Amino acid sequence: MKIKRRDFLKGAAGCGVLAAVGQPTFAEARKKERLPGALGFLYDSTLCIGCQACMVGCKKANDMPVESSDLLPIWEDPRDLSAKTLNVIKKFESGNGANKDQEKDGFAFIKRQCMHCVDPGCVSACPVSAMRKNPDTGVVTYNKDACIGCRYCQIACPFNIPKFQWDSAFPQIVKCQLCSHLLPKGEIAACCSSCPTGASLFGPTNELMAEAKRRQQMEPGKYYDFPVSSIDSGKFFSQKAASYVPEVYGENEVGGTQVLMLSAVPFNKLGLPELPEKSYASTAETIQHTLYKGMIAPIVALAGLFYFVNRSQKDKD
Amino acid sequence: MSEAKPIGGKVFTGPFLFFLVITLIGIYFLAKRFMFGIGAVSNMNDGFAWGIWITYDVVVGTAFACGGYSMALLVYVFNNGEYHPLVRPALLASMFGYTLAGVSVFIDIGRYWQIYNVFLPWFTNFNSVLLEVALCIAAYIAVLWIEFSPTFIEASTGTKSKVNKILIFFIALGILLPTMHQSSLGSVMILAGNKLSPLWWTPALPLIFLISAITMGYTVVIFEATLSALGFKRPLETDILGKLSLVIPILLVIFLVVRFGDLLMRGQLGLAFSGDLQGNMFLLENILHILPLVILASATNRKSAKMLFLAACCLMGGGLLFRFNTYLVGFDPGEGWHYFPAVGEQFITYTIISAEILLYMIFVKKLPVLPSHEQAKA
Repeated sequence: MKIKRRDFLKGAAGCGVLAAVGQPTFAEARKKERLPGALGFLYDSTLCIGCQACMVGCKKANDMPVESSDLLPIWEDPRDLSAKTLNVIKKFESGNGANKDQEKDGFAFIKRQCMHCVDPGCVSACPVSAMRKNPDTGVVTYNKDACIGCRYCQIACPFNIPKFQWDSAFPQIVKCQLCSHLLPKGEIAACCSSCPTGASLFGPTNELMAEAKRRQQMEPGKYYDFPVSSIDSGKFFSQKAASYVPEVYGENEVGGTQVLMLSAVPFNKLGLPELPEKSYASTAETIQHTLYKGMIAPIVALAGLFYFVNRSQKDKD
Repeated sequence: MSEAKPIGGKVFTGPFLFFLVITLIGIYFLAKRFMFGIGAVSNMNDGFAWGIWITYDVVVGTAFACGGYSMALLVYVFNNGEYHPLVRPALLASMFGYTLAGVSVFIDIGRYWQIYNVFLPWFTNFNSVLLEVALCIAAYIAVLWIEFSPTFIEASTGTKSKVNKILIFFIALGILLPTMHQSSLGSVMILAGNKLSPLWWTPALPLIFLISAITMGYTVVIFEATLSALGFKRPLETDILGKLSLVIPILLVIFLVVRFGDLLMRGQLGLAFSGDLQGNMFLLENILHILPLVILASATNRKSAKMLFLAACCLMGGGLLFRFNTYLVGFDPGEGWHYFPAVGEQFITYTIISAEILLYMIFVKKLPVLPSHEQAKA
């Protein structure tokens, strides 16, 4: 290649400007804190009896269709979340499956639905703000009038929660919105109000966190009072404390979630993903905002490029 | 300025009809998709929410359409006027590549009738990497048509249009925009987090995608110039392509240093040798990057049209695989999810590719795009 030294240096300088646009340099990662008014629920797997009343309550409250497949035994039907099912109880089983809340030769239940992340991947991902985090309650909601159906929320959710209506010509994304249509009426999420044992307990996340820590201090085998429906309902249910695993799932996962979970069986056995403390949204947004802060780098690059292109045209004339 | 001339000849040739038939089959599946939903033609599912339409048509497609970008970088920023004859055909391929990527997005998104929401300020989310990609690609499609417009003017008036300041602005913008969105196409998969294998998940994805895209640009120029010389029975431009190809090994060294440096720093290189599908695909991807590096490092090979084409083919495969691996092979949403593109889904992708080839064939025959023979020999 014939490149004059002077031109090469100028070109290299131009590339330097481009590299500044393309090169990720890491500013202080932004960290989102729990909102003081964050709402959620505490799911205690050891209190869950697998009755699936929460699934029925959820379907009724959200007008969701019945989903059934003749191939599955009735209890397991539906087997997982879908565009028709916002909330599902699943069962972990090992060995002879005889003992509740035991990892060996035992079984345990797990409830799956939106975790309402402190720093949600779906909200960060959505190009058109169809996924929004309520600034007061922190509940993650979906707006079909904004959604373009790109499904990046599905890619971005570490819990695989948002579902898409694949068989519709006019599809929507479907996910648990913590019954946010009931909250203004003073009601609570349907899964919690329909839970007979308090396994799903509605409330402000900070109070639920305190409750979770209280339960972890309990002496396994001794009887304690467990609140039912919501943490301030005043209704209790007396039950033997289980021997909980030491973590509260959702305390730190991807920056924390507003739904918290307790279990006596390790969470990965229940099918919950093992996740880092830092949210992927924070990594992606830190890179993006470092590069595009105030659009300064792109504008400087554009000015530089204009100079180079103009010069190359002059050279020719 | 280079002399470009329409090459003329019949439009309805054998190859033209072949690609036309594929396009028509695809249109049948497209009708099905719009009438009954994406699930009616595609195997995409709630685990694999993105399939080949995004991975091939958009992510690979726009990388293969980086010829215009890479050539502009070389000709205008590095001030290498001698490559100017290669700019216009590269620009044409870029224009079609990007335009059809835009069409693919329209096919892929579920709520396409609301696509304009990405332009409405009360909906736009400036934290979204995908918004940046969407706006940048939309703007770049417009810029490409503007950059190419002098060709239409020349064809209709028979006179050469002068490059004015406005066009210079658009040429500059045409270099900035791909720099932005080609790197962001890497950033997109950072949010996939735990679902993407550490062989591909890295905060360095934007940088790696950008280097790869620029490399793809030069590769595709060699690939397309060779194919159109053979297809239209024109003399091969081995001299100028050989000189151009020297850029590729330099870029490949940078690519491989960043890629492997990053893997070593994160201590994840071991996964490459685990013997599973992801590990093997990683190895294949990198063999297809190292092979062209070895071929093009030799001056003798750079003078051989065959070796140039071979290297270009390897690297097209390597770039394609890198993107497929990042978006599909390395992506694992968890137990029970599987994806392999359905026939109808594949045909829609073939249609996009065929449409691109058809349009390229018509344009070079009717418009002054390819350098005239004298120019090619010079």
